[in-house]
Amino acid sequence: MMDIGTIRGLGTLLVFVAFVGLVIWAYSSKRKRSFDEAANLPFADEQTPSAERDEQASRSKSE
Amino acid sequence: MSTAIHQTAYNYKVVRQFAIMTVIWGVVGMGLGVLIAAQLVWPELNFDTPWASFGRLRPLHTNAVIFAFGGCALFATSYYVVQRTSQTRLISDGLAAFTFWGWQAVIVLAVITLPLGYTSSKEYAELEWPIDILITIVWVSYAITFFGTIVKRKTKHIYVGNWFYGGFILTVALLHVVNNMELPVGAFKSYSLYSGATDAMIQWWYGHNAVGFFLTAGFLGMMYYFVPKQAERPIYSYRLSIVHFWALISVYIWAGPHHLHYTALPDWAQSLGMAMSIILLAPSWGGMINGMMTLSGAWHKLRTDPILRFLVVSLAFYGMSTFEGPMMAIKTVNALSHYTDWTIGHVHAGALGWVAMISIGSLYHLIPKVFSRQQMHSVGLINAHFWLATIGTVLYIASMWVNGITQGLMWRAINEDGTLTYSFVEALEASHPGYLVRMIGGAFFLSGMLLMAYNTWRTVRSAKPAEYEAAAQIA
Repeated sequence: MMDIGTIRGLGTLLVFVAFVGLVIWAYSSKRKRSFDEAANLPFADEQTPSAERDEQASRSKSE
Repeated sequence: MSTAIHQTAYNYKVVRQFAIMTVIWGVVGMGLGVLIAAQLVWPELNFDTPWASFGRLRPLHTNAVIFAFGGCALFATSYYVVQRTSQTRLISDGLAAFTFWGWQAVIVLAVITLPLGYTSSKEYAELEWPIDILITIVWVSYAITFFGTIVKRKTKHIYVGNWFYGGFILTVALLHVVNNMELPVGAFKSYSLYSGATDAMIQWWYGHNAVGFFLTAGFLGMMYYFVPKQAERPIYSYRLSIVHFWALISVYIWAGPHHLHYTALPDWAQSLGMAMSIILLAPSWGGMINGMMTLSGAWHKLRTDPILRFLVVSLAFYGMSTFEGPMMAIKTVNALSHYTDWTIGHVHAGALGWVAMISIGSLYHLIPKVFSRQQMHSVGLINAHFWLATIGTVLYIASMWVNGITQGLMWRAINEDGTLTYSFVEALEASHPGYLVRMIGGAFFLSGMLLMAYNTWRTVRSAKPAEYEAAAQIA
């Protein structure tokens, strides 16, 4: 039988694993293009060229 | 107006209405704040009437600035942002109009009932049960309008700003309903279903998440749209914004017990609240850094753009108060700070410095857009407003730090024989100069809001309603 302390410990572990999973998911290079698209949504309503901004969107990301 | 035009244009009418009311309720709510600050310097200012007594006007001030000013700012910006980043019109004009008139009705009812002394006595949830039911109905309509618009979006992604607005809307619904479970014993009187330490814990689970979700997550939604838009560059890191969102909402919900240190609340719950509050520093600063770094390469814009200045300084105050908060949640620090003016100073670092300044900056960006103007009537007045707001906030929080630490030290000072060194009145007397400085700081902030009201009035007066529809076209 598990006591309350073990259950709390497992809870902490679960949250930690979820956090690491989230970071890996968010920082995976597979999602870079999709996130760049999303990051430019505030400018979707403008006619101005977005090439310059796409470049800026990349400046914080490693390839 | 034909249906065809309707479907290719944003609903800016509801945005205009909420934007104007944000400015009006801002003046009213901050005016009340200056009045009660003056009452603490000159108690005669309650004119010996129960209606103008501090105990009744203080909840009116908090409700007016949080739910009327802050609430209208959140409605205005969320409706604006969700339409523009989803490239579609609000799902229902009727429902949106209902949220506007319903929310104004809630505020007017608060203005009537609180000075009359009707209160459920729960801080930031003082309104009595019939008004609580009206709030619930309006809020559900808000959720349907917001999420319905996201469902019919024309874009592939749901922009991160909308995630924050969505988290705020859902959590506030939950908080409001759970904390206001009450038994009516008359048309204007009810008692909480909870009692004792449970009641206190639920109240501060609500109270702190009113800060975490109403005053933080919602305004972060604003930050994620208006900072990139005004700086004309995308957010520094979209990846960080995703980690920021999930970390912030999953940690904030546990921080409430730090309001109940050294009370009847079980020790383990106090320690949990303290630990979670300290962890909260990480996601808070993640968001602050993400906003600030968006300006990298564009810092020169601060020299010429007072709107951007509002947005960036609000992030600086956000970073400062989210550092101060975790420190104050540490039990040993809390032993000094709790029940003193330090707490009031901390709240206003967040409320004036962060919430009000990000809202003001966002509105200066938004008002010309929805009224089909190039920019506000006077950029000089925006700049003057910026300095009045900044100086006002600094005077406010500095005086409350001094008062708070003075009070904490005087209350705990004991003589060699174990008796108290100072009586309560002596600590109160020592606080008097700080109260005066605080009132002056508040008056600075209020005068800035009056400039904004004038600037908005001049902008709106020169607007031509015939051009509204063209400005609302979906690009």
